Amino acid sequence: DTVPPQVVPGADPSARQLCFAWGPAEVLVCETLFGRAGGSRSRSPSRSPCPSRFCGEGRAGAAARALTGSLAGTGDGAPSSSRVFVVRRDQDIYIQTLRKLFNESHGIFMGLQRSEEELAGKSRKAQLVLVSKNYRSVIRACMEDMHQAAVSTKDPALQGQYSTQVSILSAMELIWNLCEILFVEAATAGPLLLRLLDWVRLHVCDVDSMVREVLSSESPSKHKLFWNVVDIFVLQGRMDEARHLLSKEASANPTSMNMYRILDDLMKKMPVPSLGNTQTLTELELKWQHWHEECQRYLQDGTFASNPHMESICKILLGDEDAILEKKELMTTWYHFLVTRLLYSHPTVKPMELRFYAQSSVDLFLGGESSPEPLDMILMAAFEFEMHQVIKECSIVLSNWWFVAHLTDLLDHCKLLQSHNLYFGSNMREFLLLEYASGLFSHHSLWQLGVDYFDHCPEYGRVYLELHIERIPLSTEQKALKVLRICEQRQMHEQVRSICKIMAMKALRNNRLGSALSWSIRAKDAAFATLISDRFLKDYCERGCFSDLDLIDNLGPSMLLSDRLTFLGKYREFHRLYGEKRFPEAARLLLTLMTAHIAPCSFWMTLLTDALPLLEQKEVIFSAEQTYELMRCLEDLTAGNPDKQKFQDDDVETTKVEMLRLALARNLARVIVKEGTVEGS
Amino acid sequence: QDNRISIWSAGDLGNAGLNGEYHGEPRLLCDIQHNGDVMDMQFLDQERLVVASSTGTVTIFRHHQNNQTLSANHRWEKAHYHVDQDTSCGGAACTGVVCSNPEIVTVGEDGRINLFRADQKDAVRTIDNADSSTLHAVTFLRTTEILTVNSIGQLKIWDLRQQRNEPSQIFSLAGDRVPLHCVDRHPNQQHIVATGGQDGMLSIWDIRQGTMPVSLLNAHEAEMWEVHFHPSNPDHLFTCSEDGSLWHWDTSINVSEKPSFLHPGGRSTAYLSHSTINQSVVSAWLSNDPTKDRMEITNLIPNQTLSVNSLDVLGPCLVYGTDAEAIYVNRQLFA
Repeated sequence: DTVPPQVVPGADPSARQLCFAWGPAEVLVCETLFGRAGGSRSRSPSRSPCPSRFCGEGRAGAAARALTGSLAGTGDGAPSSSRVFVVRRDQDIYIQTLRKLFNESHGIFMGLQRSEEELAGKSRKAQLVLVSKNYRSVIRACMEDMHQAAVSTKDPALQGQYSTQVSILSAMELIWNLCEILFVEAATAGPLLLRLLDWVRLHVCDVDSMVREVLSSESPSKHKLFWNVVDIFVLQGRMDEARHLLSKEASANPTSMNMYRILDDLMKKMPVPSLGNTQTLTELELKWQHWHEECQRYLQDGTFASNPHMESICKILLGDEDAILEKKELMTTWYHFLVTRLLYSHPTVKPMELRFYAQSSVDLFLGGESSPEPLDMILMAAFEFEMHQVIKECSIVLSNWWFVAHLTDLLDHCKLLQSHNLYFGSNMREFLLLEYASGLFSHHSLWQLGVDYFDHCPEYGRVYLELHIERIPLSTEQKALKVLRICEQRQMHEQVRSICKIMAMKALRNNRLGSALSWSIRAKDAAFATLISDRFLKDYCERGCFSDLDLIDNLGPSMLLSDRLTFLGKYREFHRLYGEKRFPEAARLLLTLMTAHIAPCSFWMTLLTDALPLLEQKEVIFSAEQTYELMRCLEDLTAGNPDKQKFQDDDVETTKVEMLRLALARNLARVIVKEGTVEGS
Repeated sequence: QDNRISIWSAGDLGNAGLNGEYHGEPRLLCDIQHNGDVMDMQFLDQERLVVASSTGTVTIFRHHQNNQTLSANHRWEKAHYHVDQDTSCGGAACTGVVCSNPEIVTVGEDGRINLFRADQKDAVRTIDNADSSTLHAVTFLRTTEILTVNSIGQLKIWDLRQQRNEPSQIFSLAGDRVPLHCVDRHPNQQHIVATGGQDGMLSIWDIRQGTMPVSLLNAHEAEMWEVHFHPSNPDHLFTCSEDGSLWHWDTSINVSEKPSFLHPGGRSTAYLSHSTINQSVVSAWLSNDPTKDRMEITNLIPNQTLSVNSLDVLGPCLVYGTDAEAIYVNRQLFA
């Protein structure tokens, strides 16, 4: 099936030329005034940022609602004004009250992924049912919060939005609950009906307010809603409550005592399936048959003829469809009708039989007046045990991937979804989780949840994570550290290097050399460490002293990260030794720096100049060997580059060289004498 | 982004049930908008709260208890900033704040230390470029001395009485210069300091002697964000980490009891390095004998998922917050 193109409201390519730019999480569309060349329609800008997948894929509502548009910009109506549209994938993640839903469900999701796979059979099923219940309670908690927000807000637009959200959440819970009963718990004939009754009772809430009203009145049986309440109790199989109310009627109206007693007795004796193994289905069916016949007899004898209300109740007990249908207004929905029908005509219904009853219920209830709504279609698909259809319909209707992603994951854990390969090779569960998590990544804070979801997508999760994680804005160091930790834990070395480089560059620009070094150590980035050291050395050459001594003095083993860094550390050590007047050690170090080629060539002159004061000391410091070495270094330096013309022409430089040569020669002279002298006795 | 400072009531002490459990969930009393991420905060006194922001601003909020509102009392904009004006508004995150009424000390990503006085408009003292790397946390050592930790693994003592802009002492770890993220001082014995590093290592220092830590304890599997000595029970220490765990370190147990190291991965080991000086007052934290004075370490979080960013402890109560946008209150720490 073809994908209907999504339109960005207000952006009309036929009226204005549009151009767009991809952002990390958004698409910017703007109107331009450039003249159109060629006349062909430009490609619709409303495609989602992830290309190939969406072309023509209809599976699970692939692209159907990938984008929602919102206007960002001024200008209203005037033909010459341009507007910029910010088109975002997933609006829902920005709703404040839904954050709890995303966070809590993340916790449940992780718990499910980590749960014991070895548990088999009943205990595993019980575990999965618990997970499903947890999800539902999170939805309900969110609904409650949303309701509170709707009640307490003064802004009518906001109130409308919240109310809509509440009804959406309520529908989600309804669907999920049904899926739990039919798929996760896979209730069998008998318990199936009980679960369905619970389901109906939970989701038709108008009863409670009516009940309260009736019970709190002075004489409940005279209340105009009295029989409504009794009827709804009977329709929902709440026999005890119905009998309790009926007793009030009986005490207020003694003439009907006889009828009441019979009806009460029938209601008390009605056989219902039990949850435990106390009776088999056949036993139940037998009992039920007897009871049904008894009711039939009473009805036919005209026992209830004088009281139409009681007669209608009796008919309901007999499963008379017309009688039940009369109470349409009370039941409000066809699925309520369905369950009531089942309760009173076929309590031992098997799961696979549900579809027939469901279809006929819809037909009878709606009667051709109205067409089924999306919610009805979804529930129908569930009753027909068409899981894929349920998911597909939900994807189309809902504006957010949350529901389908989590439900599909749960169903997958129940081993109910066959690996339904989609065009590009991953299965439906993975596809939905990828979509959901991608949506999370456009949020400045919820992206952390997305990471875990990607982790549990075996085929494409890692690739998606690699692409997304580099686009998270790193506003503070703490955020960068969190991102880095995620990358390191998953051995995403490229990303680690890239992020550390970004942070190191930022630090360098802000003149935080220590921070920059710290980032390059984390990434083990030798090249950057070299860059930083060069910066230090440059500073030293310009100012004659070191900045940030606390850093250079305390490099420790990280000094070995890059040669330049080692040189920097050692050079500083040389200065320290000199300051402490430990000249022989200083001299040795200086020489090593040059001979071991740790020092960059550009720095040799500086080093040799540093050697000058040592050469000029009263005491002879450099040995003959060392002096020869120094001379060799000097010659290497001066003889080396023929194109260093300015080096020759520069007076200061030539003077330095001269001085060095002189000092070296003098030192050599002294040291030869000293070494040649036999120690005096 | 909509960041808020919120004040919650975690239930009255008088509502303790039979088992001493508190009833009811924490209730939101009041909140106020905050510009930027909240990097650190501390109460200045009963009513005022100092908050450090990622925009480089330090704000004092006042909590009005009579009508349960919060208002911004005083603000120091650009307390922390970078020199490069090309960056967005040039602000640098303020990473740590510590108070000792009326003084407030803040440190930031710009390597700057600020000394403020509540209600004084300008900083009393600023040490620019105090550190060439990011200062991650600060705490008071004595009334006039502070401790800072930075991202090249150094612990520095600063004497605020002195006018020179140099630390009076620098300590660092022996091996790699792993960044230190948090620091806390023993409440009673001021020479004992604990720091937590990026590799999750807990270091205990005796600042009277040596420049290296006394103990290095291999703790968490990721950055240790905060470390706190229990203010009234200093034999107990709490650390929280990016790996989602919160550890309770208990040195109050006896010699005779076998230690139990409860760590999910089972890879926790304690390296106790040997100090060379005998101390007359033996604190369990400075123990140099691995056979005596063991520690009991407990992970207080059963199902860890996302990072625990911050914690605080007072009396029998422990509060911590996670990246799953949840705050947990434990009111029976020593039950």
